[in-house]
Amino acid sequence: MNRKHRTKNPNNNKLMLAFHFLRALARINKSTSTVSSYQRSCIIKRAAYASMAHAAGPRRAWSRALLYRLRRGSSRLHALPAIRRTRSFSHKRVKVASPKLREPNQADVLRRLVPGGEAMELSSLLKETAHYIQCLSAQVWLMQNVVGSITS
Amino acid sequence: MGLLGPQQPRGEQAIATKMSSRRNRISDEEINELISKLQSLLPESRRRNIGRASASKLLKETCSYIKSLHREVDDLSDRLSDLIATMDSNSPQAEIIRSLLRS
Repeated sequence: MNRKHRTKNPNNNKLMLAFHFLRALARINKSTSTVSSYQRSCIIKRAAYASMAHAAGPRRAWSRALLYRLRRGSSRLHALPAIRRTRSFSHKRVKVASPKLREPNQADVLRRLVPGGEAMELSSLLKETAHYIQCLSAQVWLMQNVVGSITS
Repeated sequence: MGLLGPQQPRGEQAIATKMSSRRNRISDEEINELISKLQSLLPESRRRNIGRASASKLLKETCSYIKSLHREVDDLSDRLSDLIATMDSNSPQAEIIRSLLRS
């Protein structure tokens, strides 16, 4: 992979984010005059995560997982209940007698928070988490700016 | 891929032990580096609160930070929903341009 191409230009990423999200907002503004405020809020939230995932592109596991969930129309975008697991070792961990038994393994908590994290091993999980946090905070920044510019 | 034995310690011990028992050569060093990168991504206030933290505490703080970001997206979506309803139809374009110019 050509590393030079992949140098992250944060401004480019923010512009891409803004482009996707604002376009979605303009569309939502036109098409949701008859829905309740709560429904519109859900639509906006999904648009926020969709913009994040589209701006990040398919190179990231978390963005692929998010886009997959959005396309399926699933109501939960993250923090899925930890019932169905592809690996059994986490089950085994629960049976171990240990002073830290009641404290949930933090890596597992992280796996449920980062989209696509359930099946990842630790180093990939940490890399995906770093990128996910950067994109998530850029999305929050964008939304705060949009709110700011509407209310000023 | 089922490399782990039946008895595994939990918590941050588990992170180090699990990594060295795997045959896929991911070193403890790399894990520690990745964890410090996560620490650098935390906002200033959170970094100050945890000080010199263990790997487990850092992961916990990271989880807490991600949850707070999710909540912020929820709150901002609510606010945008109310604001959009009161906007006239010409505003989106003006406000798109303003936001883009601001960045």
